[in-house]
Amino acid sequence: MKALSSIWRNTNVIARLTFREAARRRILLAALLLGLAFLLIYGLGFHYMNQEMETSPYGPGLLERNGIRNFMLLAGMYAVNFLTIMMAVLTSVVTLSGEISSGTIQTLVAKPVQRWEIVMGKWLGFAGMLTLYLLLMAGGVIALVYLISGYSPPHFGLGMLFLWLNAILLLSVSFFGGAMLSTLANGVMVFGLYGLAFIGGWIEQIGSLINNQTAVQIGVISSLIIPSEALWKRAAFEMQSPLVRALGFSPFSSSSVPSSIMVWYAIIYILLALGLAMRQFQRRDL
Amino acid sequence: MSNSSSSTAIETQSLRKVFGEKVAVSDLTLTVGRSEVFGFLGPNGAGKTTAVKMLLGLITPTSGIGHVLGAPLGDHRIRARIGFLPEHFRFHEWLTATEFLHLHADLYQMPGDLTNRRVPELLDLVGLSPHADKKLAAYSKGMLQRIGLAQALLNEPELVLLDEPTSGLDPVGRRLVRDIIHDLRQQGTTVFLNSHLLSEVEITCDRVAFIKHGEVLRTSRLKSLVEGELTVEIKARNLSPEIILGLSHWSQDVRLDGDHISLTLSSELELPAVNRYLVDHNVDVYALKPQQISLEDLFIQIVGTDGGL
Repeated sequence: MKALSSIWRNTNVIARLTFREAARRRILLAALLLGLAFLLIYGLGFHYMNQEMETSPYGPGLLERNGIRNFMLLAGMYAVNFLTIMMAVLTSVVTLSGEISSGTIQTLVAKPVQRWEIVMGKWLGFAGMLTLYLLLMAGGVIALVYLISGYSPPHFGLGMLFLWLNAILLLSVSFFGGAMLSTLANGVMVFGLYGLAFIGGWIEQIGSLINNQTAVQIGVISSLIIPSEALWKRAAFEMQSPLVRALGFSPFSSSSVPSSIMVWYAIIYILLALGLAMRQFQRRDL
Repeated sequence: MSNSSSSTAIETQSLRKVFGEKVAVSDLTLTVGRSEVFGFLGPNGAGKTTAVKMLLGLITPTSGIGHVLGAPLGDHRIRARIGFLPEHFRFHEWLTATEFLHLHADLYQMPGDLTNRRVPELLDLVGLSPHADKKLAAYSKGMLQRIGLAQALLNEPELVLLDEPTSGLDPVGRRLVRDIIHDLRQQGTTVFLNSHLLSEVEITCDRVAFIKHGEVLRTSRLKSLVEGELTVEIKARNLSPEIILGLSHWSQDVRLDGDHISLTLSSELELPAVNRYLVDHNVDVYALKPQQISLEDLFIQIVGTDGGL
């Protein structure tokens, strides 16, 4: 019990420190202001398109209208997914390697804390910030669409959960790299992996459209290397309307749906990346 | 978990650390007693910092064993009773001095009332009270070293490891470090001081170890060093070969050069006897100057002039 409360205290101190650093370095403020600007532009765009649809005498029927609204919402979510991932990587890529190379880590690790508690604390701090960011951005998009048009997408809770997992996935990979590599090498690694999953996802998408099994296989393999695009596709699948699904192919929706096994794979991937980050940092000579 | 009544603060046996091809510490065997102020001397690159980091568990030894305050190396819990000032100190500069000390008190898991007492106390001790609410980014190098020192003393440690604590400091700051070490000695705190500034060590330490290529060449009480062997220069007239021969009673190493005799005595206590002998034999003594071996001479003698390259 005493050991547990000590772990709780230490991770908590580091998590709060991580939050405070982000606040002091104006990261939180910049993210909030630009997030609000994003929502403003999205809201305005959605409002005028929706108005056009509703007032035009030759406009689409209700079903088509909701289909178009769904398409617009997924486009917003696609941007939110990308921004959240950027946020996850750009803010965390420097956190371990930077403190090691600057030397600020020295007085921290000389305290009665375990190294993995420092990794865990930082991870929790960033995960907390990303959760708030995603709630603001994805929640904002969904709320705006609802307020303007009265439309809400199916399963948006599940959809947001998968977007959240995606951010956490890249956060954990960036921690893993940060425990071993320099900041730059880590950035190159994480974005390289992300790009690989991205192009793999497109190949899979097109492959499933033209019924080419090899292309689909390439996509699946790239999802095994890092399941980030798979999580987005699963999130999009949950939130897309039947009409958009019937269209089959769009940049923001999914025709080749990742299975539940892929979701579990992503969860294990996250735990493994974080666990290896803690192990690597625990062993490292500082 | 640890043995607080243990009479040694630090005990290591054949500690070795190899980074790739480079041997940083080859064979470190060392004992530091409780309440001792111990100086760890050596040229740059002798392995002093690596040694301290192994004691703290920041670096895992390649081989060898050691205990600090009764706990085996690498036990994180023992660090609650240790203070550490790293050599290349860098701190989270977006914190104010007060926030910085509170953060480290939290990491020491100090109770809130103790923290609230210790933080202003230490800011006062290192002379930073007027700058308590400034961000560390606005601090000079000397001020950062002071706040680093405060951080190392927050938990009222039983053992303080200081890695080159005066390297960035002006004379006032150095004086402060000396005074702090003096106070720590009074309180019975063990101090392990890494330094290449010999005058610092000469003033503050009880015992010193000379290290080169990661190996302890010699460990010695500083008092016995200073009170030990000394060279005496004598200026005198009316000398005869018999008288010079008679001096070999005290010294194996007597040299005569005109009016100047130089000889080595094993202790300062023999000086009056030598003087009496000369006067009794009608020698006119003009000067009798004991030349104490400074720590610097000894350092060069033991470590060599190549600086451990």
